[in-house]
Amino acid sequence: MKHKYIVQVSKLTKKFGSFTAVDKISFNVSKGEIFGFLGANGAGKTTAIKMLIGLSKPTSGDAIVAGFDVVKEPEKVKYKIGYMSQKFSLYDDLKVFENIRMYAGIYGIPKKEINSKIDNLIQELGMEAMRNNLVGDLPLGWKQKLAFAVAMVHNPTVVFLDEPTSGVDPITRRQFWEMIYKASEKGTTIFITTHYLDEAEYCTRASIMVDGVIKALDTPKNLKENFGVKSMKEVFVKLARG
Amino acid sequence: MKAFGAFIRKEYYHIIRDPRSLLILIGMPIVQVILFGFAITNEIVDAKISILDKSKDAVTQEISNKILSTKYFLLSEYLEDSKQIAQSFKKGEIKLALVFEDGFAEKLHKNENPSIQIITDATDPNTAATLSNYISRILVDYQGQIALNSFTPGGIKVVTRMEYNPQLKGVYLFVPGTIVIILMLISAMMTSISIAREKEKGTMEILLVSPLKPFMIIVGKVIPYIFLSLTNAITILLLGVFVFGLPIRGNYFLLFFEITLFIITSLSLGIFISTKVKTQQEALLISLMGLMLPTIILSGFIYPLESMPKLLQYASDVIPAKWFLIMIRNIMIKGVDIRYILNETLILLGMTVLLMMLSIKSFKIRLE
Amino acid sequence: MLNENQLMNKAFVNINKVSKSYGEVQALNDINFSVDESELFGLIGPDGAGKTTLIRILITMLLPSSGSASINGMDVVKDFKKLRHLIGYMPGTFSLYEDLTVAENLNFFATIFNTTVKNNYHLIKDIYQQIEPFKDRRAGNLSGGMKQKLALSCALIHKPEILFLDEPTTGIDAVSRVELWDMLKELKKQNLTIIVSTPYMDEAQLCDRVAFMQKGEVMEINTPQQIVEDFDTPLYAVKGNNFYNLLLDLRKMELTKTAFPFGDSIHLTTFEKYDSAILNDLIMKFTGQRTHTERINANIEDCFMEKMLRNEA
Repeated sequence: MKHKYIVQVSKLTKKFGSFTAVDKISFNVSKGEIFGFLGANGAGKTTAIKMLIGLSKPTSGDAIVAGFDVVKEPEKVKYKIGYMSQKFSLYDDLKVFENIRMYAGIYGIPKKEINSKIDNLIQELGMEAMRNNLVGDLPLGWKQKLAFAVAMVHNPTVVFLDEPTSGVDPITRRQFWEMIYKASEKGTTIFITTHYLDEAEYCTRASIMVDGVIKALDTPKNLKENFGVKSMKEVFVKLARG
Repeated sequence: MKAFGAFIRKEYYHIIRDPRSLLILIGMPIVQVILFGFAITNEIVDAKISILDKSKDAVTQEISNKILSTKYFLLSEYLEDSKQIAQSFKKGEIKLALVFEDGFAEKLHKNENPSIQIITDATDPNTAATLSNYISRILVDYQGQIALNSFTPGGIKVVTRMEYNPQLKGVYLFVPGTIVIILMLISAMMTSISIAREKEKGTMEILLVSPLKPFMIIVGKVIPYIFLSLTNAITILLLGVFVFGLPIRGNYFLLFFEITLFIITSLSLGIFISTKVKTQQEALLISLMGLMLPTIILSGFIYPLESMPKLLQYASDVIPAKWFLIMIRNIMIKGVDIRYILNETLILLGMTVLLMMLSIKSFKIRLE
Repeated sequence: MLNENQLMNKAFVNINKVSKSYGEVQALNDINFSVDESELFGLIGPDGAGKTTLIRILITMLLPSSGSASINGMDVVKDFKKLRHLIGYMPGTFSLYEDLTVAENLNFFATIFNTTVKNNYHLIKDIYQQIEPFKDRRAGNLSGGMKQKLALSCALIHKPEILFLDEPTTGIDAVSRVELWDMLKELKKQNLTIIVSTPYMDEAQLCDRVAFMQKGEVMEINTPQQIVEDFDTPLYAVKGNNFYNLLLDLRKMELTKTAFPFGDSIHLTTFEKYDSAILNDLIMKFTGQRTHTERINANIEDCFMEKMLRNEA
């Protein structure tokens, strides 16, 4: 059965003992959307993402990601999603092409296709000259682009990006966002967290989480209008301060 | 001085607030002693033997009975023919065979030194050596007995002597050995890890930026571990004495002086390691592979140094544990005083001073 | 000569031709600037710009490969022992003892600097009061914002004359960032000299002066106001419905120097100056989109990016 939404979350809850990290959150994300998942440190973002990518079991509630239930079919979900964390999931002691080859292999891309896949990716990233460099020796900006490309290597339906732009220079940060736009244009759904609130403006819709609850969810334009402010940063500070 | 007190208090908090590690630190010595004491004991009980008695006289009978009445040996069978010996061994039934030569008693009385052949299964050389030692010991006893009883001038040809540890009890070996291992582990490994942890977490940077002197950081780090190590040494000694009946024949103060000296040596080693590593993992690996293994193998704790190749014997000279082990065995078991172990003490002292100087020199007052 | 001496006296921190290399990697290249007493000075730049290396040289933790630096007339290499008494430092990662409570951490750092919490409580009162209700909680169990307040309290407890903060806001949410900058503003009133590094361009506006750093070099030093005023390339904000296509199309236009996404609009720099309405017509014609274009003043990030591109060219 086809689901209307790529990510469909209903009353998702996670408790650690008496502490409720995520409290009955519900939202839907459509195909090709860039969904900003914002919140203060400790608001429960990471816990929520872990449930959505099948790494953590919800205490209650449902989540359907890319057509599969994250509780009942977490293994199937994993084939349909890409994930990039702030630490990047690249191996510093492997070369650029070896990293791509490894991830392509993990996601079961046929051997015949892997080599052409590597060539395409490297060309698209403009990393031909760095093909045989160790990832550990790359500048941060390149690592970040490569990490994104690797997260997309198996053409996932939805890709989760956890603070992907921490600490990079403003130009690289924008180049990275252009990669995100491009992926979104092609129909990939993007689920992203960030501390740069100007980036929240780039999202199709953004949610702001406070103390385990989604306090607001709308397009950046509507959010700003509703709160009578000029920037997403002001919206965020207003909400998170309570 | 107040700053120093604060530092030690902080270290104390680190140790007691990590109950799992603390439990290991306190529990490990006890478990190790008990493991060594009961499992890896060198004592062998109920070894099966065969006897080929070509003489079958009163003396050979008496010797046989004496041997079989100990807890060490059980009779498998009396053999009739020397060909049977090989068979018994092959079947794996026996660990040792005794062969009394013809006319044993007669030769003894004529003062002709009759011989007993001890044949052992040397596929397990340690067991073989231990068993033949037991037999020798029993024979020596017997000889003493007949010498007293009948004033017969003759003797049996056995020359082995087992000084100080007549029953060859394992406890004499493993209690000092365990003390060495535990002290090394706690002093060297724990200090190197705890300093590496500060580097890893970035707190070392803050300590260095403070006016706290590097020397104080080092001393503050080690003091809690000196106490912990001493507590452990005492626990092991008490276990050895009360559970395994180990004697402490020498002077207690001397014993504790040497133990403290060795603790300081190990701590210096730990500090030295910590100046060379960046992470706790590195510290752990280096202390385990670089310290524990050589200590276990080259200190004479498990493998006798005398039977090693010359090269390894030289190598063992740089292992502090070797010197400490010699001293502690001498003090506890022989009851010697400082004059007999002065050399070893000086060597260990020299090593300690050298290591201290090295580590203070390589302790960095800056990053990099 | 007299002039230079006067200058030397006025500046609290002096950095003179400082370079630092690790093997072949040049982490810092010929850095020169000075910081005045009770100035709030920002080192702005991405990861790998050399901010941390520079701070570590100033706090006497690293030796420069060449050049010299001094704080209050004391050399960071020769007089490091004296300097360590008057430096307060908060490293980038939370570096307090997580198994010690809030109060124990604070007491520890007070004591190793030979002072007591009581003596200098007035210095940290405003900050520490916010976490005092949790003083018996282990530092490891604090939230990010609270950890930061504790770290700042610990860095201030010995009444330093100069405070260094290395990326205090990286990975911290916007609310805690705002709070931290409020705290720094308060500290500045107590005549404390503060040097702070950050990768967030918008925080530059909160400093008295900033140094733009990139790849081990300082690209620009000035007040944020002056930096913005000096931006002389024509700059426009363009809005449209299809953001991504608009961006790609703008880049294809011949009049375009650069086009970058900026929040909800695209910042467009052009080779020549245009009237907003005329430019908007040109854009609509070229892209076939309904757009809105207006001339805007540059913000700090525009300036940083322009400097970066000029440096790379």
